Amino acid sequence: MSDSCAAPDQDAALPASVDLEKETVLTGTVVNGEGELVQGAYVRLLDGTGEFTAEVVTGEGGQFRFFAAPGKWTLRALSRYGDATGEVEAARGLNETSLAVSR
Amino acid sequence: MAREDVLVTADWAEANLDTPGVVFVEVDEDTAAYDSGHIKGAVKIDWKDDLQDPVRRDFVNQEQFSQLLSERGIANDDTVVLYGGNNNWFAAYAYWYFKLYGHQDVKLLDGGRKKWELDARDVVTEVPQRPATNYVAGPLDWSLRAKRDEAEAAIGVKNLIDVRSPDEYAGRLLAPAHLPQEQSQRGGHIPTALSVPWSKAANEDGTFKSDAELREIYVDEAGLDESKATIAYCRIGERSSHTWFALRELLGYEDVKNYDGSWTEYGSLVGVPIALGDEPGTK
Repeated sequence: MSDSCAAPDQDAALPASVDLEKETVLTGTVVNGEGELVQGAYVRLLDGTGEFTAEVVTGEGGQFRFFAAPGKWTLRALSRYGDATGEVEAARGLNETSLAVSR
Repeated sequence: MAREDVLVTADWAEANLDTPGVVFVEVDEDTAAYDSGHIKGAVKIDWKDDLQDPVRRDFVNQEQFSQLLSERGIANDDTVVLYGGNNNWFAAYAYWYFKLYGHQDVKLLDGGRKKWELDARDVVTEVPQRPATNYVAGPLDWSLRAKRDEAEAAIGVKNLIDVRSPDEYAGRLLAPAHLPQEQSQRGGHIPTALSVPWSKAANEDGTFKSDAELREIYVDEAGLDESKATIAYCRIGERSSHTWFALRELLGYEDVKNYDGSWTEYGSLVGVPIALGDEPGTK
């Protein structure tokens, strides 16, 4: 995983090597209009200036996860059920957000 | 070269799924994506297992590439249409290989797997059986590939385009934000490199922006000097393949190279200059 740029499995448990005292993790789920978890949604992380930083695809649990830094971030989800945008003020440790996509 | 010679739409792809001589190839790191459903008739290439040398840090050589394409049933005169995940990073990386080894007719599917999925187009799990061929790759075309000394010699001389995220460019992050920050090499960028994240070349759905938009991004906004040669780099060379494609194949600049050693190599070299922060820095 360390020598690639592709997204790891988003449903996997947080690796034991991740130190939440040091890392800033943005995580959460994508849900549709019926409140169902959305698999295969494209979730991108935009920095404080709106610049693209990273993108992952949600797995069966509708989950996404980014390793970032403390500060303001925007989450943007695209799916066949529609889109969603969320703002996060991240601190060290786990930061959880739910994104509800709609047309 | 016209845009439609190197980039095809999802509509074109859907209309040519059964066209003889057209081979669709999905290129991914996450091959589970292919296994869970792919474009009908598409064969798969694994970014790591198929395209990297198993021992040395380098990619497959001429013989290995010939063997790979022969096994996949791809012929020298086939039209190869590449697509994949991650906004076509790996497909663009493979496209660069096909060009490096002299394949005549290769195209990218605009938007890749993402656009195909967002459009809710059909995918299948059936794996096609293609008879083996005798593919003969050409010698590696070094006019498309930069090595580390060339990257260093380009400081203040050629256009250097750093396509990583702004935080990686500045040295605030060592890896893309969806990966743990576990790397140990130095942060920063090659001095004088312009920061143009690969994502600026793509729309939200993964398709490439128009030629006019691309020219505005690279030339007007970033300050790319059209009279100079260009070297693009990222962390391990696939995001920069995406930008290499935009600059050479779409905008038509002739002397554009991809530095595939990229930051994991340059940022670990002893004694080379490094710039920190948001500005390109000086020679």
